[in-house]
This record gives sequence, structure tokens and C-alpha cells, in this order.
Amino acid sequence: MSDTLNVNTMADLTAKGEKPEVLFWVGCAGSFDDRAKKITRAFVKILNSVGVNFAILGTEESCTGDPAKRAGNEFLFQMQAMTNIQVLNNYEVKKIVTTCPHCFNTLKNEYPGLGGDYEVMHHSQFLQKLMEEGKLKIEGGKFKGKKISFHDPCYLGRGNGEYEAPRALLQELDAELVELKRCKSKGLCCGAGGAQMFKEAEPGTKEVNIERMEDVVEASPNIVAVGCPFCMTMMTDGVKNKEKEETLKVYDLAELIVEGNGL
Amino acid sequence: MGIENILFIVAFGAAVFLFSKNLRKIIRNINLGRDVDLSDNKAERWKKMLLVAIGQSKMVVKPVSGLMHIVVYAGFVIINIEVLEIIIDGIFGTHRIFAEPLGGFYDFLIGSFEILAFLVLIAISVFFVRRNFMTIKRFGMKEMLGWPKTDANIILIVEVLLMGAFLNMNAADQILQVRSVEHYVVAGSYPISQFLVPVLEGLSTGTLVLLERSTWWFHILGILAFLNYLPYSKHFHIMLAFPSVFYSKLKPRGEFDNMDSVKKEVEMMFDPDADPYAVPAEPEGPIERFGAKDVTDLNWKQIMDAYSCTECGRCSEQCPASQTGKLLSPRKIMMDTRDRVEEVGKGIDKNGVEHKDGKSLLGDFISEEELWACTTCNACVDACPIELNPLSIIMDMRRSLVMEESKVPSELAGMLTNIENNGAPWQFSQTDRANWINEK
Repeated sequence: MSDTLNVNTMADLTAKGEKPEVLFWVGCAGSFDDRAKKITRAFVKILNSVGVNFAILGTEESCTGDPAKRAGNEFLFQMQAMTNIQVLNNYEVKKIVTTCPHCFNTLKNEYPGLGGDYEVMHHSQFLQKLMEEGKLKIEGGKFKGKKISFHDPCYLGRGNGEYEAPRALLQELDAELVELKRCKSKGLCCGAGGAQMFKEAEPGTKEVNIERMEDVVEASPNIVAVGCPFCMTMMTDGVKNKEKEETLKVYDLAELIVEGNGL
Repeated sequence: MGIENILFIVAFGAAVFLFSKNLRKIIRNINLGRDVDLSDNKAERWKKMLLVAIGQSKMVVKPVSGLMHIVVYAGFVIINIEVLEIIIDGIFGTHRIFAEPLGGFYDFLIGSFEILAFLVLIAISVFFVRRNFMTIKRFGMKEMLGWPKTDANIILIVEVLLMGAFLNMNAADQILQVRSVEHYVVAGSYPISQFLVPVLEGLSTGTLVLLERSTWWFHILGILAFLNYLPYSKHFHIMLAFPSVFYSKLKPRGEFDNMDSVKKEVEMMFDPDADPYAVPAEPEGPIERFGAKDVTDLNWKQIMDAYSCTECGRCSEQCPASQTGKLLSPRKIMMDTRDRVEEVGKGIDKNGVEHKDGKSLLGDFISEEELWACTTCNACVDACPIELNPLSIIMDMRRSLVMEESKVPSELAGMLTNIENNGAPWQFSQTDRANWINEK
């Protein structure tokens, strides 16, 4: 088990006159949030193990502007977008993969109108493709007898209609996939979207992530899989609130593959 | 032509005149919104309208209310063929004018209308019970108290009365046919109203003619009155559901529009050839506000959405904020938008286009607290059977709050400052972005 990651930046590769197949957009959470950084590292471990030629922007990456846009500050969003697009276009980036559905949605849908046209994939889609191409073999033995539920991220599911890729990956694990009572297009938000992540919720009777955690507790899986760093935060808080830390674990899809494959 | 026909023509003409007057007003109100070009992808739009509006594909997500709604919808559309006959008979003093030319097919038609009318009666009764005697959360939310609940019950009661009149009319008619009363041609089949015949058979011919005539008049006058009730009611969805679906968003739900007004300014800032000392060009036309403070800042489709909403509450039932007791209810956003545009419209009728009342949708109808509770998860849009988009109205009002009034919750202000200063919503330096590579 090697803990050293092999990561190039676009600047490094360009200096060597090389180009990666794909740019890995790490995102702010993936770069700075302690829990999300583990997801970033897990995804890179998979990329390294498969031998995907990828690069990151590193210190040249900046927020996509998603939380600014959803908070109503279109100016700041477009400033961020234009800056990022200049960087991406200078490197002639064509293909992007990201572990954050918010970055995914913004890059894929909202950048083209501002001059940034890329093929953008969520890491679940990218991993599914690697699997279908026979490059990634998922070993699921470690999960034998376990029950896993998937919590759909709004901006991957309802936002972009992708419900199958995450499930295709989970199917490879030797675990029982237990759907939450509200799933796919009816999946309940974790409560973090629309810039809610960065503020206290308005007064109400309950926190959204607690309401969602009750769906999870009802389905009683051993693991709840997520595909978004913000869902990760909200679900982890939910587990703590319900005092289920011992019996219910929250993992990103990439982490489950790393665990299964012993990377 | 008798006095009866003249009365009919007057009533019919008045109803059509009044309705078209109110319809024009609604169209005028919709056009108070900003222009937006939704004339793209005609083929895809027709397909979506066929599937979602005509085909009711999203209604059946809830099988019980969905299937019953389809019964009422089909009943409404098909029984209206009968109304055409009633109008022709009313104008020319004929009776069952379609009977002779259609022959056996007429029997089939009347028979189908009766069966549909019966099914509609059952569905409506169930709807009435659900609304009034069962605890269904979406019907009991606070925006439904008062007029919205009364409105819903008026619609249901009127529909019961109309269907009841239709079946009673047919029952009286078939007895008169058997008694070979002049004018009552032998035609039609009556699978449902035949069961009313034993109840009415003891009546004299004169009473039956009176019953047939009065139910005929009640039926058609009821329909004409109902037509004129629509512009004041949530039931207006029976007209606007179709264009609303046609012009609904085709792009992925997660994609929010990039504001053109902002784009122009940002592009200028990024243009290396731009003259920093240039005097900005005089704006053409009225200065555009960023986002929506009032209904007139919304686009026409958003206003049309508000008029199309039938207040079913599927949006609020799915909304994570509504479900956790927050003030936000997407249905209320639609209802407020309609109430406000109606208010603005009435003001314009009274005081002309320059009418100002110092009020606005944001503030007087919708509060900041509601707007900030939204997670932009799109559950409301996904839940709407006719693809209305409360989220787009919420977003436009957030934009107005932030960009026009600088009213941002303080934590969000901090987040925005961080993005501006260090390219991340948290206070981390951009130079530390790749530190994760070497952390364990």
C-alpha cells in the first residue's frame, strides 16, 4: 500500500511539453476540507492505480463560483468563471473530471455560455467508464454481507439526471444495495446546496440533514455512500446527531473502491 | 327563433365577451414581465407538451390523485364536444342537432359522455373528501387557508353540479323520447342516466319538459359562468398548463442562466483593449435592475407560471425547507407572484401604465427569510406536474437582494469575501490548494 500520490500540475506538464488526458478539478472542498481531502486522495489513488494520465491546476485553480451564483452574486460568479476559463483555455483543456457535483454542474452547464466548453464528468461517471473499458476492476469482497445505501446529490441527480453511474459502481461491491425510501429524482437534499453550506439554516422544526438521516436510519445500512463533499459533511453530522458513529459509516464512492481494492 | 334562443345568444355572447376581456387582461399582465426568447427547439417543446401536459405523465407519480385527475381531465375535454351541440341547439332552437347526421355514432358518443360524467363525479367526490375530511399535509399548509381552500371547493362543487345537471337532463330527455313528445328526437344511449328514469317516470310530461329545459339551461349557463370564474381561480391551469409546459426549461435542471446584463460588464472588465477612461455608453431604454424585486422584473414565463399554478402543493411537499418547518413554501412563491401581478394589473387598469404603489413582490409578499431557506435542490421543479419553476423566481429575488440591496446574511457575506480574496469559500490561501497531495 503506497501512500505517495503521483500528481502532476498542468504547469509541470506544459513545461515538459506534455498534455494530460484529463484535468482533475479538485474543487475547494476537495482542496481544503479535511474530510473531503481524503476523497480527493482516494480518487487520485484510483487514477494512479489505473494509470490515468491526469493533471490538476494546483495553485492555479480557483472556486468555480457556484456558491456565489447560488447566493445571488452573479457578478462574483462570472468573475470567477471568466478567470477560470482563461486558465483552462490557455492550457487547452478539453476534458475535466471532478469529485464535486457542484463544480461538475457549473463547469458543464454554466461555463459554456461564458466561453468555456469542456467535456465534464463527475467522478462516478468517469470511474464507471474506466470500469466499462476494462481498465478498472472493482474488488468488492471486503463488503460481503454489508448493506450500502446511496444518497443522491441534487446537482448530480435532479440537476443533471445522473442516477445510474454511482449505482453501477456500488453494484460491483459484494454488498446489498438498499435504496433509501426517497431516492433518485425523489431524493431529499442533504441541506447544503444553494450556499446553505456556508450559513446557519433559517428557523424551523428540524435541520434538513437530520430529516435526511432519518431516511438512512430507517433503511439501516452499514454504509451510506455519497458522491459530494458537502453531502459528506451533512451526512457525517447527521450520523453524529443520531449517535450512530459505531454502526453507520459515511464514505464517498471513491473511498469504497479504494477500500475494496486495497489501494 | 323564439325568445329562448335570443336569451341564449345574449347570455352566450356576454359570457364570451367578458371572458375574452379578462383573458386579454391576463395576457397583458403576463407581458408586464421582461422579454425572454423561448422560441428555440420547437420540436422538443411540442414533444414535451404532448407527454407532460396532454399525456399527464408527471401526474401519475402519485397514482391515486394522478389517475383520478386524468379521469376529470379526459371528462372535461371529451364532454366539451357535447357543449358544442348545446351551443348550436341554443342558437338555432334545434334539439340534439348531431343525432341525425351522426346516427349510431351519436349513441356511442352520448353513452361515453355519460360514463365519463359518472367517473368524473366519483373522482370529484374523492377529491372533495381528500381536501375536506382527510389530513393531507399539502392541502393544510398555511398558504391554503381562506380563499385558496374556498376556491378549490367551489371548483369541485360546480363540477358536481354540472355533471349532475347533465345526467338529469338526459334522464328527463329519454322519458320524453319514449313518450314521443314533439321535439324530443329518439337518439342517444344512456348507460348511466337510465338509472334515474324510475325516479322521474312518475312526473307529468309538462314537468319533465320543464326539468329537461331547466337542467339544459343550468348546464350551459353553469359552464359559461365557470368559464368566467377561471380567470379569478387557480383553475386557470386548464388553459395555461399547455403553454407553460411548452415554454418550460429544456436545459438540465441544475443549470441556472448566466445573466446577460452582468456578462456585458464582466466581459468589459476582462477586455484588455477596453479603454479604462471611456465614458460608459448611455444605456438604451430603461435601466435594467439586477434580479427581481417586483413582478415586472421577472420574465413573462415566470409570470405565466404563476397564473398556471393550481396550488396542488406537490412542490412544497417535496421541498426540504418546507418539510423541516422553514418559512419557505415554493407554492406560496407562485401564489404570491400571481397575487402581486394581479394587484399591479388592477393598479394599471385604474391609473394607467405609470402606476406605482410603492410595494413590491420582494418585501411586501415574499420575505428574505423565505428566500434564504432555499437549497436550490430542484425538488420543487421536479415535483411540479407541469414543470413550473418556483426556483427561478427565488433565484432572481436572491439576486436582487444581493446585487441591488447588498442584503446578504452575514455568514454568506464572509463566504463571498473569501471567494473574492482567496478563490475559495473558506479563508484558505490559494497557494495551499495542492497541500493535500502530501498530507496523509
